[in-house]
Amino acid sequence: MGSLMAEINAKAIALGVPLGVHLDLTWRCNERCVHCYLDHDDQGEMSFGEIDALLPQLADAGVFFLTLSGGEPLLRRDLFDIVRRARQLAFNVKLKTNGILIRECEAALIRELGVDSVQISVYSHRAETHDAITRAPGSLARTIAAIRFLVSQGLKVTVANVLMRLNRGDYPGVRELAAELGATFTIDPTITPHIRGDRSLLALNIRREDLRQVMRDPAVVGNNVEEYCTPPPPADEDAMDGIACSAGHSACYISPYGDVYPCVQFPLPSGNVRTQRFIDIWRYSPQLEEVRSIRTRDLPVCSGCAHVASCSRCPGLAYMEGSMRGPSTADCAKSYARTGVITANMRRLGIAAG
Amino acid sequence: MNQGNDKYISRSKSVAARMLGGEMMIMSTWDSTLFSLNQTASVIWKAADGATPLRDIVEREIVANFEVDSETAYRDALELVEELAQHGILKIADEPHR
Repeated sequence: MGSLMAEINAKAIALGVPLGVHLDLTWRCNERCVHCYLDHDDQGEMSFGEIDALLPQLADAGVFFLTLSGGEPLLRRDLFDIVRRARQLAFNVKLKTNGILIRECEAALIRELGVDSVQISVYSHRAETHDAITRAPGSLARTIAAIRFLVSQGLKVTVANVLMRLNRGDYPGVRELAAELGATFTIDPTITPHIRGDRSLLALNIRREDLRQVMRDPAVVGNNVEEYCTPPPPADEDAMDGIACSAGHSACYISPYGDVYPCVQFPLPSGNVRTQRFIDIWRYSPQLEEVRSIRTRDLPVCSGCAHVASCSRCPGLAYMEGSMRGPSTADCAKSYARTGVITANMRRLGIAAG
Repeated sequence: MNQGNDKYISRSKSVAARMLGGEMMIMSTWDSTLFSLNQTASVIWKAADGATPLRDIVEREIVANFEVDSETAYRDALELVEELAQHGILKIADEPHR
Protein backbone atom coordinates (compact mmCIF):
# COMPACT_ATOMS: atom_id res chain seq x y z
CA MET A 1 0.00 0.00 0.00
CA GLY A 2 1.37 3.45 -0.89
CA SER A 3 2.20 5.68 2.04
CA LEU A 4 -0.58 8.20 1.29
CA MET A 5 -3.09 5.36 0.92
CA ALA A 6 -1.91 3.83 4.21
CA GLU A 7 -2.21 7.25 5.85
CA ILE A 8 -5.74 7.73 4.52
CA ASN A 9 -6.78 4.25 5.64
CA ALA A 10 -5.41 4.85 9.14
CA LYS A 11 -7.25 8.16 9.25
CA ALA A 12 -10.51 6.52 8.14
CA ILE A 13 -10.17 3.88 10.87
CA ALA A 14 -9.43 6.54 13.49
CA LEU A 15 -12.45 8.60 12.39
CA GLY A 16 -14.74 5.58 11.95
CA VAL A 17 -15.31 6.30 8.26
CA PRO A 18 -16.28 3.48 5.86
CA LEU A 19 -13.70 4.27 3.20
CA GLY A 20 -14.56 1.27 1.02
CA VAL A 21 -17.76 -0.61 0.29
CA HIS A 22 -18.08 -3.78 -1.75
CA LEU A 23 -21.58 -3.84 -3.24
CA ASP A 24 -22.75 -7.02 -4.93
CA LEU A 25 -25.42 -6.02 -7.44
CA THR A 26 -26.56 -9.58 -8.06
CA TRP A 27 -25.63 -13.11 -7.11
CA ARG A 28 -26.89 -14.37 -10.47
CA CYS A 29 -24.10 -15.53 -12.73
CA ASN A 30 -23.49 -16.86 -16.23
CA GLU A 31 -20.72 -19.12 -14.96
CA ARG A 32 -21.01 -21.94 -12.43
CA CYS A 33 -17.55 -21.95 -10.88
CA VAL A 34 -16.82 -25.06 -8.86
CA HIS A 35 -15.49 -23.02 -5.92
CA CYS A 36 -18.17 -20.30 -5.86
CA TYR A 37 -19.48 -19.43 -2.40
CA LEU A 38 -22.75 -17.74 -3.49
CA ASP A 39 -26.37 -18.81 -4.16
CA HIS A 40 -27.14 -17.85 -7.74
CA ASP A 41 -30.95 -17.80 -7.54
CA ASP A 42 -32.38 -14.29 -7.37
CA GLN A 43 -34.07 -13.89 -4.00
CA GLY A 44 -35.22 -10.33 -4.57
CA GLU A 45 -32.33 -8.08 -5.56
CA MET A 46 -32.40 -4.39 -4.75
CA SER A 47 -34.01 -2.44 -7.57
CA PHE A 48 -32.36 0.45 -9.37
CA GLY A 49 -34.47 2.79 -7.25
CA GLU A 50 -33.23 1.20 -4.03
CA ILE A 51 -29.59 1.38 -5.16
CA ASP A 52 -30.12 4.93 -6.40
CA ALA A 53 -31.32 5.82 -2.90
CA LEU A 54 -28.45 3.91 -1.25
CA LEU A 55 -25.56 5.48 -3.17
CA PRO A 56 -25.99 9.04 -1.76
CA GLN A 57 -26.14 7.51 1.73
CA LEU A 58 -22.80 5.83 1.09
CA ALA A 59 -21.31 9.07 -0.25
CA ASP A 60 -22.58 11.01 2.77
CA ALA A 61 -21.03 8.39 5.07
CA GLY A 62 -17.66 9.05 3.43
CA VAL A 63 -17.37 6.00 1.18
CA PHE A 64 -14.71 6.68 -1.45
CA PHE A 65 -13.92 3.27 -2.97
CA LEU A 66 -16.99 1.49 -4.34
CA THR A 67 -16.46 -2.01 -5.71
CA LEU A 68 -19.37 -3.26 -7.83
CA SER A 69 -19.40 -7.00 -8.12
CA GLY A 70 -21.52 -10.13 -8.03
CA GLY A 71 -22.37 -12.78 -9.23
CA GLU A 72 -21.91 -11.29 -12.65
CA PRO A 73 -22.79 -7.57 -12.48
CA LEU A 74 -23.27 -7.29 -16.25
CA LEU A 75 -26.33 -9.53 -15.92
CA ARG A 76 -28.06 -6.44 -14.55
CA ARG A 77 -29.45 -4.43 -17.42
CA ASP A 78 -29.19 -1.31 -15.28
CA LEU A 79 -25.49 -1.81 -14.46
CA PHE A 80 -24.36 1.18 -16.49
CA ASP A 81 -27.07 3.40 -15.01
CA ILE A 82 -25.79 2.39 -11.55
CA VAL A 83 -22.18 3.10 -12.54
CA ARG A 84 -23.21 6.45 -14.04
CA ARG A 85 -24.99 7.42 -10.83
CA ALA A 86 -22.01 6.30 -8.74
CA ARG A 87 -19.64 8.37 -10.83
CA GLN A 88 -21.92 11.41 -10.56
CA LEU A 89 -21.46 11.02 -6.82
CA ALA A 90 -17.67 10.97 -7.33
CA PHE A 91 -17.00 7.42 -6.11
CA ASN A 92 -13.86 5.63 -7.19
CA VAL A 93 -15.60 2.73 -8.92
CA LYS A 94 -13.98 -0.65 -9.40
CA LEU A 95 -15.73 -3.43 -11.26
CA LYS A 96 -15.36 -7.18 -10.74
CA THR A 97 -16.66 -9.29 -13.61
CA ASN A 98 -15.95 -12.45 -15.57
CA GLY A 99 -15.97 -10.33 -18.73
CA ILE A 100 -18.15 -12.73 -20.72
CA LEU A 101 -20.66 -10.00 -21.61
CA ILE A 102 -18.06 -7.32 -22.35
CA ARG A 103 -17.58 -6.46 -25.99
CA GLU A 104 -16.14 -3.36 -27.60
CA CYS A 105 -19.10 -1.10 -26.84
CA GLU A 106 -19.36 -2.18 -23.18
CA ALA A 107 -15.61 -1.63 -22.74
CA ALA A 108 -15.93 1.83 -24.27
CA LEU A 109 -18.81 2.68 -21.95
CA ILE A 110 -16.88 1.47 -18.89
CA ARG A 111 -14.06 3.80 -19.93
CA GLU A 112 -16.37 6.69 -20.70
CA LEU A 113 -18.07 6.42 -17.32
CA GLY A 114 -14.73 6.73 -15.53
CA VAL A 115 -14.47 3.31 -13.91
CA ASP A 116 -11.11 3.13 -12.14
CA SER A 117 -10.25 -0.49 -12.83
CA VAL A 118 -11.68 -3.88 -13.70
CA GLN A 119 -10.82 -7.19 -12.07
CA ILE A 120 -11.41 -10.39 -13.99
CA SER A 121 -10.86 -13.95 -12.79
CA VAL A 122 -8.80 -16.24 -15.00
CA TYR A 123 -8.26 -19.72 -13.61
CA SER A 124 -5.95 -21.08 -16.27
CA HIS A 125 -4.32 -20.11 -19.54
CA ARG A 126 -5.62 -23.45 -20.87
CA ALA A 127 -9.25 -23.43 -21.98
CA GLU A 128 -9.90 -27.01 -20.88
CA THR A 129 -8.98 -26.15 -17.28
CA HIS A 130 -10.50 -22.65 -17.08
CA ASP A 131 -13.76 -23.79 -18.69
CA ALA A 132 -13.91 -26.89 -16.46
CA ILE A 133 -13.70 -24.62 -13.38
CA THR A 134 -16.28 -22.11 -14.66
CA ARG A 135 -18.40 -24.92 -16.12
CA ALA A 136 -19.06 -22.55 -19.02
CA PRO A 137 -17.72 -23.82 -22.37
CA GLY A 138 -15.89 -21.12 -24.30
CA SER A 139 -15.59 -18.88 -21.26
CA LEU A 140 -11.79 -18.44 -21.39
CA ALA A 141 -11.91 -17.24 -24.98
CA ARG A 142 -14.63 -14.70 -24.18
CA THR A 143 -12.88 -13.54 -21.02
CA ILE A 144 -9.62 -13.01 -22.90
CA ALA A 145 -11.47 -11.09 -25.62
CA ALA A 146 -13.02 -8.88 -22.92
CA ILE A 147 -9.62 -8.13 -21.39
CA ARG A 148 -8.34 -7.10 -24.81
CA PHE A 149 -11.31 -4.76 -25.35
CA LEU A 150 -10.84 -3.21 -21.89
CA VAL A 151 -7.08 -2.77 -22.22
CA SER A 152 -7.51 -1.26 -25.70
CA GLN A 153 -9.70 1.40 -24.07
CA GLY A 154 -6.83 2.27 -21.71
CA LEU A 155 -8.52 0.67 -18.71
CA LYS A 156 -6.54 -0.88 -15.89
CA VAL A 157 -7.31 -4.59 -15.74
CA THR A 158 -6.24 -7.01 -13.05
CA VAL A 159 -6.26 -10.73 -13.78
CA ALA A 160 -7.09 -12.55 -10.55
CA ASN A 161 -6.00 -16.16 -10.34
CA VAL A 162 -7.66 -18.22 -7.60
CA LEU A 163 -5.53 -21.24 -6.87
CA MET A 164 -7.15 -24.59 -6.25
CA ARG A 165 -6.30 -28.22 -6.82
CA LEU A 166 -7.69 -28.16 -10.34
CA ASN A 167 -5.36 -25.41 -11.58
CA ARG A 168 -2.46 -25.50 -9.12
CA GLY A 169 0.26 -25.72 -11.78
CA ASP A 170 -1.16 -23.10 -14.12
CA TYR A 171 -0.46 -19.83 -12.37
CA PRO A 172 2.82 -19.16 -14.24
CA GLY A 173 0.89 -19.53 -17.49
CA VAL A 174 -1.84 -17.17 -16.28
CA ARG A 175 0.80 -14.66 -15.21
CA GLU A 176 2.36 -14.78 -18.68
CA LEU A 177 -1.06 -14.43 -20.27
CA ALA A 178 -1.82 -11.37 -18.11
CA ALA A 179 1.48 -9.77 -19.13
CA GLU A 180 0.79 -10.46 -22.79
CA LEU A 181 -2.65 -8.87 -22.45
CA GLY A 182 -1.30 -5.78 -20.67
CA ALA A 183 -3.04 -6.62 -17.40
CA THR A 184 -1.64 -6.88 -13.90
CA PHE A 185 -1.70 -10.23 -12.14
CA THR A 186 -2.72 -11.23 -8.67
CA ILE A 187 -2.89 -14.66 -7.09
CA ASP A 188 -5.13 -15.87 -4.28
CA PRO A 189 -4.67 -19.29 -2.71
CA THR A 190 -7.80 -18.97 -0.54
CA ILE A 191 -10.99 -20.94 -1.11
CA THR A 192 -13.89 -19.46 0.86
CA PRO A 193 -16.61 -21.59 2.50
CA HIS A 194 -20.11 -21.15 1.08
CA ILE A 195 -21.71 -17.96 2.37
CA ARG A 196 -24.49 -20.09 3.94
CA GLY A 197 -21.90 -22.05 5.91
CA ASP A 198 -21.22 -25.22 3.85
CA ARG A 199 -17.50 -25.94 4.18
CA SER A 200 -17.24 -28.73 1.58
CA LEU A 201 -15.73 -26.27 -0.94
CA LEU A 202 -12.57 -26.24 1.18
CA ALA A 203 -11.68 -29.65 -0.28
CA LEU A 204 -10.63 -27.64 -3.36
CA ASN A 205 -7.80 -25.94 -1.44
CA ILE A 206 -4.35 -26.72 -2.80
CA ARG A 207 -2.19 -29.18 -0.89
CA ARG A 208 0.31 -28.07 1.71
CA GLU A 209 3.35 -28.85 -0.50
CA ASP A 210 1.89 -26.88 -3.41
CA LEU A 211 1.19 -23.91 -1.15
CA ARG A 212 4.78 -24.05 0.13
CA GLN A 213 6.04 -23.96 -3.46
CA VAL A 214 3.87 -20.93 -4.28
CA MET A 215 5.03 -19.13 -1.13
CA ARG A 216 8.64 -19.60 -2.22
CA ASP A 217 8.22 -18.53 -5.83
CA PRO A 218 9.98 -15.17 -6.37
CA ALA A 219 7.59 -14.44 -9.22
CA VAL A 220 4.75 -14.47 -6.69
CA VAL A 221 6.26 -13.11 -3.48
CA GLY A 222 9.10 -10.97 -4.84
CA ASN A 223 12.82 -11.49 -5.04
CA ASN A 224 13.48 -11.46 -1.32
CA VAL A 225 12.11 -14.96 -0.66
CA GLU A 226 14.42 -15.53 2.31
CA GLU A 227 13.13 -12.46 4.12
CA TYR A 228 9.51 -13.28 3.21
CA CYS A 229 9.87 -16.80 4.57
CA THR A 230 11.90 -15.96 7.65
CA PRO A 231 10.50 -17.17 11.00
CA PRO A 232 8.09 -14.62 12.48
CA PRO A 233 9.37 -11.87 14.78
CA PRO A 234 8.18 -11.76 18.39
CA ALA A 235 5.06 -9.66 18.92
CA ASP A 236 5.46 -6.26 20.55
CA GLU A 237 2.77 -4.21 22.29
CA ASP A 238 1.76 -2.51 19.03
CA ALA A 239 1.16 -5.86 17.37
CA MET A 240 -0.94 -7.04 20.33
CA ASP A 241 -3.04 -3.86 20.12
CA GLY A 242 -3.50 -4.32 16.37
CA ILE A 243 -6.59 -5.23 14.36
CA ALA A 244 -6.91 -7.99 11.79
CA CYS A 245 -7.92 -5.99 8.73
CA SER A 246 -10.18 -3.21 7.52
CA ALA A 247 -13.39 -5.31 7.71
CA GLY A 248 -15.88 -3.39 9.85
CA HIS A 249 -13.24 -0.73 10.61
CA SER A 250 -13.01 1.15 7.30
CA ALA A 251 -14.79 -1.22 4.94
CA CYS A 252 -17.87 -3.37 4.64
CA TYR A 253 -19.96 -5.42 2.25
CA ILE A 254 -23.56 -5.05 1.04
CA SER A 255 -25.35 -7.98 -0.61
CA PRO A 256 -27.85 -7.66 -3.51
CA TYR A 257 -30.56 -8.06 -0.86
CA GLY A 258 -29.33 -5.15 1.22
CA ASP A 259 -27.65 -7.19 3.96
CA VAL A 260 -24.60 -5.52 5.46
CA TYR A 261 -21.64 -7.67 6.52
CA PRO A 262 -18.18 -6.62 7.69
CA CYS A 263 -16.78 -8.16 4.47
CA VAL A 264 -17.92 -10.49 1.69
CA GLN A 265 -15.73 -13.10 3.36
CA PHE A 266 -17.19 -12.30 6.80
CA PRO A 267 -20.95 -12.97 6.51
CA LEU A 268 -21.97 -11.69 9.94
CA PRO A 269 -25.43 -10.13 9.44
CA SER A 270 -25.10 -6.58 10.77
CA GLY A 271 -28.18 -4.84 9.37
CA ASN A 272 -30.12 -4.27 6.16
CA VAL A 273 -30.18 -1.08 4.12
CA ARG A 274 -33.74 -1.78 3.01
CA THR A 275 -34.99 -1.13 6.51
CA GLN A 276 -32.23 0.95 8.11
CA ARG A 277 -30.09 3.91 7.13
CA PHE A 278 -26.60 2.80 6.12
CA ILE A 279 -24.93 5.22 8.52
CA ASP A 280 -26.95 3.85 11.45
CA ILE A 281 -25.88 0.31 10.63
CA TRP A 282 -22.28 1.39 10.21
CA ARG A 283 -22.13 3.35 13.45
CA TYR A 284 -24.44 1.48 15.79
CA SER A 285 -24.78 -2.13 14.68
CA PRO A 286 -23.87 -4.29 17.72
CA GLN A 287 -22.24 -6.77 15.35
CA LEU A 288 -19.95 -4.19 13.75
CA GLU A 289 -19.22 -2.69 17.17
CA GLU A 290 -18.14 -6.13 18.35
CA VAL A 291 -15.89 -6.62 15.31
CA ARG A 292 -14.33 -3.20 15.95
CA SER A 293 -13.71 -4.00 19.62
CA ILE A 294 -11.42 -6.97 18.95
CA ARG A 295 -7.67 -6.56 19.34
CA THR A 296 -5.01 -9.17 18.73
CA ARG A 297 -4.48 -9.62 22.46
CA ASP A 298 -8.15 -10.72 22.74
CA LEU A 299 -7.67 -13.80 20.53
CA PRO A 300 -7.62 -16.84 22.78
CA VAL A 301 -5.52 -19.08 20.52
CA CYS A 302 -3.74 -16.70 18.15
CA SER A 303 -2.46 -14.26 20.80
CA GLY A 304 -0.13 -17.03 21.99
CA CYS A 305 0.99 -18.07 18.51
CA ALA A 306 4.53 -17.53 17.23
CA HIS A 307 3.00 -16.00 14.07
CA VAL A 308 0.83 -13.44 15.82
CA ALA A 309 2.82 -10.41 14.60
CA SER A 310 2.94 -11.40 10.95
CA CYS A 311 -0.07 -13.64 10.31
CA SER A 312 -2.68 -12.59 7.74
CA ARG A 313 -5.47 -14.10 9.89
CA CYS A 314 -8.86 -13.42 8.28
CA PRO A 315 -11.51 -12.81 10.96
CA GLY A 316 -14.22 -13.70 8.44
CA LEU A 317 -12.78 -17.13 7.74
CA ALA A 318 -12.34 -17.54 11.50
CA TYR A 319 -16.01 -16.58 11.98
CA MET A 320 -17.00 -19.21 9.43
CA GLU A 321 -14.92 -21.73 11.37
CA GLY A 322 -16.89 -20.93 14.51
CA SER A 323 -15.57 -17.76 16.15
CA MET A 324 -14.48 -14.36 14.89
CA ARG A 325 -11.89 -14.42 17.70
CA GLY A 326 -10.64 -17.85 16.70
CA PRO A 327 -7.96 -18.96 14.27
CA SER A 328 -8.44 -19.20 10.53
CA THR A 329 -7.02 -22.57 9.52
CA ALA A 330 -6.41 -21.40 5.96
CA ASP A 331 -4.20 -18.59 7.26
CA CYS A 332 -2.42 -20.97 9.63
CA ALA A 333 -1.62 -23.06 6.55
CA LYS A 334 -0.18 -20.01 4.81
CA SER A 335 1.93 -18.98 7.80
CA TYR A 336 3.26 -22.53 8.11
CA ALA A 337 3.92 -22.90 4.37
CA ARG A 338 5.77 -19.58 4.39
CA THR A 339 8.00 -20.16 7.41
CA GLY A 340 7.95 -23.85 8.34
CA VAL A 341 7.05 -22.83 11.91
CA ILE A 342 4.02 -24.68 13.27
CA THR A 343 1.14 -22.47 14.49
CA ALA A 344 -0.57 -22.55 17.88
CA ASN A 345 -3.78 -23.68 16.18
CA MET A 346 -2.04 -26.54 14.39
CA ARG A 347 -0.51 -27.63 17.70
CA ARG A 348 -3.93 -27.42 19.37
CA LEU A 349 -5.51 -29.52 16.64
CA GLY A 350 -2.64 -32.00 16.63
CA ILE A 351 -1.67 -31.19 13.04
CA ALA A 352 1.90 -32.39 12.54
CA ALA A 353 4.65 -30.51 10.74
CA GLY A 354 5.71 -31.81 7.38
CA MET B 1 -14.06 42.01 -7.54
CA ASN B 2 -12.82 40.39 -10.74
CA GLN B 3 -9.85 42.37 -12.00
CA GLY B 4 -9.80 40.98 -15.55
CA ASN B 5 -7.43 38.39 -17.00
CA ASP B 6 -8.57 36.12 -14.21
CA LYS B 7 -8.76 32.36 -14.31
CA TYR B 8 -11.81 30.15 -14.11
CA ILE B 9 -11.37 26.75 -12.57
CA SER B 10 -13.58 23.68 -12.84
CA ARG B 11 -13.32 20.19 -11.41
CA SER B 12 -12.46 17.41 -13.83
CA LYS B 13 -15.16 14.77 -14.19
CA SER B 14 -12.46 12.11 -14.45
CA VAL B 15 -11.78 11.99 -10.75
CA ALA B 16 -13.14 10.45 -7.61
CA ALA B 17 -13.33 12.79 -4.64
CA ARG B 18 -14.45 12.63 -1.02
CA MET B 19 -13.90 14.63 2.16
CA LEU B 20 -12.13 12.80 4.97
CA GLY B 21 -11.50 14.59 8.23
CA GLY B 22 -11.50 18.07 6.70
CA GLU B 23 -9.25 17.12 3.78
CA MET B 24 -10.29 16.21 0.27
CA MET B 25 -9.13 12.89 -1.17
CA ILE B 26 -8.94 12.97 -4.95
CA MET B 27 -8.00 10.15 -7.26
CA SER B 28 -7.57 10.48 -10.98
CA THR B 29 -9.43 7.75 -12.85
CA TRP B 30 -6.89 7.98 -15.65
CA ASP B 31 -3.78 7.07 -13.73
CA SER B 32 -5.06 6.36 -10.17
CA THR B 33 -2.82 9.08 -8.76
CA LEU B 34 -4.06 9.88 -5.28
CA PHE B 35 -4.03 13.36 -3.75
CA SER B 36 -4.98 14.63 -0.35
CA LEU B 37 -5.79 18.34 -0.33
CA ASN B 38 -5.39 20.33 2.86
CA GLN B 39 -8.21 22.45 4.24
CA THR B 40 -7.61 25.55 2.12
CA ALA B 41 -6.96 23.57 -1.05
CA SER B 42 -10.16 21.61 -0.38
CA VAL B 43 -12.10 24.86 -0.13
CA ILE B 44 -10.79 25.98 -3.53
CA TRP B 45 -11.55 22.56 -5.05
CA LYS B 46 -15.13 22.63 -3.82
CA ALA B 47 -15.64 26.19 -5.13
CA ALA B 48 -14.26 25.34 -8.59
CA ASP B 49 -17.54 25.69 -10.49
CA GLY B 50 -16.07 26.97 -13.76
CA ALA B 51 -18.09 30.18 -13.48
CA THR B 52 -16.60 32.05 -10.52
CA PRO B 53 -13.30 33.88 -11.12
CA LEU B 54 -10.45 32.42 -9.09
CA ARG B 55 -9.80 35.78 -7.47
CA ASP B 56 -13.39 35.90 -6.24
CA ILE B 57 -13.06 32.37 -4.84
CA VAL B 58 -9.89 33.35 -3.02
CA GLU B 59 -11.47 36.49 -1.55
CA ARG B 60 -14.69 34.78 -0.51
CA GLU B 61 -13.36 31.43 0.70
CA ILE B 62 -9.77 32.08 1.78
CA VAL B 63 -9.16 35.72 2.67
CA ALA B 64 -12.45 35.99 4.51
CA ASN B 65 -11.78 32.90 6.61
CA PHE B 66 -8.02 32.63 7.04
CA GLU B 67 -5.39 35.09 8.23
CA VAL B 68 -3.77 35.82 4.88
CA ASP B 69 -3.60 38.85 2.60
CA SER B 70 -5.24 38.85 -0.82
CA GLU B 71 -2.12 38.82 -2.98
CA THR B 72 -0.39 36.05 -1.06
CA ALA B 73 -3.58 33.99 -1.04
CA TYR B 74 -4.12 34.50 -4.76
CA ARG B 75 -0.51 33.64 -5.63
CA ASP B 76 -0.68 30.44 -3.54
CA ALA B 77 -4.04 29.54 -5.04
CA LEU B 78 -2.78 30.03 -8.57
CA GLU B 79 0.21 27.81 -7.87
CA LEU B 80 -2.08 25.16 -6.43
CA VAL B 81 -4.56 25.12 -9.29
CA GLU B 82 -1.78 24.99 -11.86
CA GLU B 83 -0.33 21.95 -10.13
CA LEU B 84 -3.73 20.26 -9.94
CA ALA B 85 -4.33 21.07 -13.60
CA GLN B 86 -1.03 19.41 -14.52
CA HIS B 87 -2.40 16.19 -13.00
CA GLY B 88 -5.67 16.57 -14.91
CA ILE B 89 -7.88 16.86 -11.84
CA LEU B 90 -8.74 20.52 -12.34
CA LYS B 91 -9.26 22.56 -15.50
CA ILE B 92 -8.21 26.18 -15.92
CA ALA B 93 -9.78 28.49 -18.46
CA ASP B 94 -9.57 32.16 -19.32
CA GLU B 95 -13.32 32.35 -19.83
CA PRO B 96 -16.15 31.19 -17.59
CA HIS B 97 -17.75 27.86 -18.43
CA ARG B 98 -21.13 28.38 -20.13
